[in-house]
Amino acid sequence: MIKVFLAILLTGILTDNYILSKFLGICPFLGVSKKVNTAVGMSAAVIFVMVLATAVTYPINTLLVKNDMEYLQTIVFILVIAALVQLVEIILKKYMVALYNSLGIYLPLITTNCAVLGVVLLNVENGYTFGESIVSSLGAGVGFMVAMIMFAGVRERLEGADIPKSLQGLPITLVSASLVSMSFLGFTGLVDGIFG
Amino acid sequence: MDILTAVIIVAVIGLVLGLGLAVASIVFAVPKDEKAEAIRECLPGANCGACGFSGCDGYAAALAKGETENTALCSPGGNAVSKEIAGLLGVEAGEVMPEAAVVLCMGHNGNAKLKYEYQGVESCRMASQLYGGPKECVYGCLGLGDCVKACPYEAIHICDGVARINPVQCRACKMCVNTCPKGLIEMMPLHRITAAVLCKNHDKGAITRKECTSGCIGCMKCVKACEYDAVKVENFVAHVDYQKCIGCGECHKVCPVGVIDLVDMKKV
Repeated sequence: MIKVFLAILLTGILTDNYILSKFLGICPFLGVSKKVNTAVGMSAAVIFVMVLATAVTYPINTLLVKNDMEYLQTIVFILVIAALVQLVEIILKKYMVALYNSLGIYLPLITTNCAVLGVVLLNVENGYTFGESIVSSLGAGVGFMVAMIMFAGVRERLEGADIPKSLQGLPITLVSASLVSMSFLGFTGLVDGIFG
Repeated sequence: MDILTAVIIVAVIGLVLGLGLAVASIVFAVPKDEKAEAIRECLPGANCGACGFSGCDGYAAALAKGETENTALCSPGGNAVSKEIAGLLGVEAGEVMPEAAVVLCMGHNGNAKLKYEYQGVESCRMASQLYGGPKECVYGCLGLGDCVKACPYEAIHICDGVARINPVQCRACKMCVNTCPKGLIEMMPLHRITAAVLCKNHDKGAITRKECTSGCIGCMKCVKACEYDAVKVENFVAHVDYQKCIGCGECHKVCPVGVIDLVDMKKV
């Protein structure tokens, strides 16, 4: 049992990293990775929303499956995630104003973050149980955080670099993102090797 | 039939979520300060921090709570904004001193001698850490444009190796004043002619001459020429008190190195 959970967790963080291997959630990855601090805040919010969304969508999915309505998954999940993020925003505004201010526009952006929707849909596709789904979304969230923090570190060093004019700004960011993503290829087969 | 069930399921989920959000927004409602919102609407929204608060929101909140009664702190907004806020709060409008920023250096590429060729990062802050910058004069403008990047109104440009500020575009937010690693940028009054010493070199005259052909040598001629006691020489560099200066131009005429400029802000 624990072995399965660990395998799912490590898959989400390393081998099947949602940003660097599946290329989901690129928007916040490029948008919020300028500073390590904001990257951590954003990732924390994403982890929270991912786990919460999985917990809420799992029973809804069972309901859909019972009615032979699996084709409704995407639209219903988007609806649920959007509402959840709104709820989180309202609660944060009330009880954690500092975090709310520092997240700013990025909190509503999680609504349209395809990584969150991707996690939820892939959990269903892989036929995970409730526990496995939660662990999987936690792994995906932590993987998101790892990628964000690593890339924020890279970008902080890019700030001081002498970049050719034609590559300044987004181009060099995309080039370095692909290099970071390539480094994650090295984890291929790691989880199978350990838990095989 | 299938379609109907699908529609009903999505509609019901949507309704439940919508109602849930509506309830949550009432239960977790944050009381809004309407006065602060109204004041915030009047402010320019550049979040420059010239008022001394954390952006426009901070200033609006402070005004609404009565932490400050000075409506004249927003220099980008000027008198118009001051009056508007005063109208909202029912207090007397403070007078905003119209100002524009000026770079106090004339050491452009032809005048200032170079110590070494700088090929590092395009940043004054970085360059000034390497032997005080590439110019012989360690007090002068490095011309790498930290202030240009800091200016939210695109009022600053680098002309021949020295930053120059267009007073028409300058909104007196003071972002550049805090950015310049050499502290060369000062605020000057608008709408009149004022003399300004465009140099901050604190070296003795002889050393200054070797570093830059348009550097203040502290000869005191301007001090003697001024009838209004507006020019002072301290640490071998002259400085004009802009409040006392009437713009007669006597100091400008006697300056042997031509570093005192009559800044005409009348047309602005």
